[in-house]
Amino acid sequence: MTSQEAPGPRDIAVVAFAQTDHRRSTEDSSEVEMLMPVLHEVLARTGLKTSDIGFTCSGSSDYLAGRAFSFTLALDGVGAWPPISESHVETDGAWALYEAWTKLLTGEADTALVYSYGKCSPGSVRDVLTRQLDPYYLAPLWPDAVALAALQAQALIDAGHTDEPALAAVGARSRADARTNPHAQLRGPAPQGDYVVRPLRAGDCPPVGDGAAAVVLAAGDRARRLCARPAWIRGIDHRIEAHGLGVRDLTDSPSARLAAENAGAFERPVDTAELHAPFSSQEVVLRRALRLDDSVCVNPSGGALAANPIMAAGLIRIGEAAARIHRGASDRALAHATSGPCLQQNLVAVLEGDPR
Amino acid sequence: MPEALKAPLVVEFPFTRSLGPVQSAFLTGLRERVVLGVRTTDGRTLVPPVEYDPVTADEIRDLVEIAPTGTVTTWAWNHAPRRGQPLSTPFAWVLVRLDGADTALLHALDAPGPDAVRTGMRVRIRWAAEPTGAITDIACFEPYDGEPEQPRGHSGEFADPLTGIVAHARLDYTYSPGRAQSAYIHALSERRIVGERCPSCRKVYVPPRGACPTCGVATAEQVQVGPRGTVTTFCIVNIKASHTANLDIDVPYVYAHIALDGADLALHARIGGIPYDQVRMGLRVEPVWTEGARFPDHYRPTGEPDADYETYKELL
Repeated sequence: MTSQEAPGPRDIAVVAFAQTDHRRSTEDSSEVEMLMPVLHEVLARTGLKTSDIGFTCSGSSDYLAGRAFSFTLALDGVGAWPPISESHVETDGAWALYEAWTKLLTGEADTALVYSYGKCSPGSVRDVLTRQLDPYYLAPLWPDAVALAALQAQALIDAGHTDEPALAAVGARSRADARTNPHAQLRGPAPQGDYVVRPLRAGDCPPVGDGAAAVVLAAGDRARRLCARPAWIRGIDHRIEAHGLGVRDLTDSPSARLAAENAGAFERPVDTAELHAPFSSQEVVLRRALRLDDSVCVNPSGGALAANPIMAAGLIRIGEAAARIHRGASDRALAHATSGPCLQQNLVAVLEGDPR
Repeated sequence: MPEALKAPLVVEFPFTRSLGPVQSAFLTGLRERVVLGVRTTDGRTLVPPVEYDPVTADEIRDLVEIAPTGTVTTWAWNHAPRRGQPLSTPFAWVLVRLDGADTALLHALDAPGPDAVRTGMRVRIRWAAEPTGAITDIACFEPYDGEPEQPRGHSGEFADPLTGIVAHARLDYTYSPGRAQSAYIHALSERRIVGERCPSCRKVYVPPRGACPTCGVATAEQVQVGPRGTVTTFCIVNIKASHTANLDIDVPYVYAHIALDGADLALHARIGGIPYDQVRMGLRVEPVWTEGARFPDHYRPTGEPDADYETYKELL
């Protein structure tokens, strides 16, 4: 599988993407039963078999379903025996893609399978996510994911960056766009509803659901053979904010801006942006930090406000952006993924198609 | 297809965590109703304090007492408190910049309703009745319209500082094992052991997990295996089980891998009905079901001659 090309930067592309239909519950399937059809679909798009893949990397969290070592069971769906070259990250699959991208850059592999899955339905995801917080000062208070997002939303309102009607419009636009996305969980108008944690209402929050996604990466000519119009990764970077919520300016995202700068996002305008903003208020932060004006088509898939399988929703942003390039609906797209409370950690990738 | 099973699952994990010198001083201080911040090399005061400067990464140890009064920097109204949260009645989540601090602390504010809360409002710590040395020694904040309280210049030195905390956590799930394992468990309750065959390599997996780990494809064809099988390998357990369901099992006992007849993967179970030191590779065994149980209690010798090594060597 080792490349014979000369050392140096290699062109690496997303050549295929597949995802499940994201649903409120998948209690009739185990994680591997939910994931396996997506793995088969993404491989079928390229004609590759597991044995053709140089490196496999996945992202998931055992805390979501309360199932220890679930990622090793999920590997059964890949066909990982005899042992394949693989790795796992305990975060969103976008970071698994980052690891796979670096592996391809080294030349040690020419193709990579990246997948992630989240089964949120067995537990209470608002409570589960409190366990990722600082164990000394935050976790004992059980501040749930909606509460922390609401603190950020109020800070944005106080700063004059948004108001409740503008936030509601973000959710409404996302679900309207999701009408053309057969995989989305919320498609079409949904009531803005009551406050969940004020100022965030039901319509400002993502649906809780289960789902999985997978992409195939390939380098150079291999990518051109596997895909009619590869989505070349022109740059990718991820950055993190200071640990303490009270240390940060919650109205801004310096880490997202820096990741975008390092990924080359500001060198030329993008036509599309897939933002991983599970809460409407977070899209407000990201649009400013990433300098996206009204000329950019933001979250044509409906984004995380239409389907938010945790651990997969960030990888899906990269997959959706790549798929638009594959089908000629975009020439240069930005994809963003986040992890942690209030946009704690941010990854930005810039994807381009060959000139038409 | 039988109905997929589900059952409640509770995961509890009490982590014992050690404290750095700054965290120890802060939490010990809360126990003594003293709020401490830490000063960075460029003169900012961080509350809650940390061991390292988030900007410069300098090690910071310069503790300074801070007032228990402060200002709300942002808030969110929580009308439906959840388990473990600071108050059981509706409250506001708040970030509070205490007087003398440059950063904000997350906690709850006890207020009559959202109309009584705004960014910029003044608040004061309400201390817990029985402090333990934890962030919850601050019971919550409460509205405050007096002058800033003056810190008393505490040194940050304590006679018996905390060295660690025990962080309890509990998460509740409704576990569902999925299609393949549900079918396996349903069959077991009828005293049948049913595996699944890979359509590609033809191997039969028991218990089935829904996918062939070699071929990466779904297994679906159900195959009844056993009930008899062969011990492929085993170990002798000398540690008494701690789980209440297993207290009647005397040590030493044998735990074994058993290749059921017709299966291509060994499962594991306890061996009984034979002295522990007479169990051997190749021993032929069968399941023992107890009244009302949904799975075999253990496996016992069948009395057949031992299996030839060649018949199970691929299943080791």
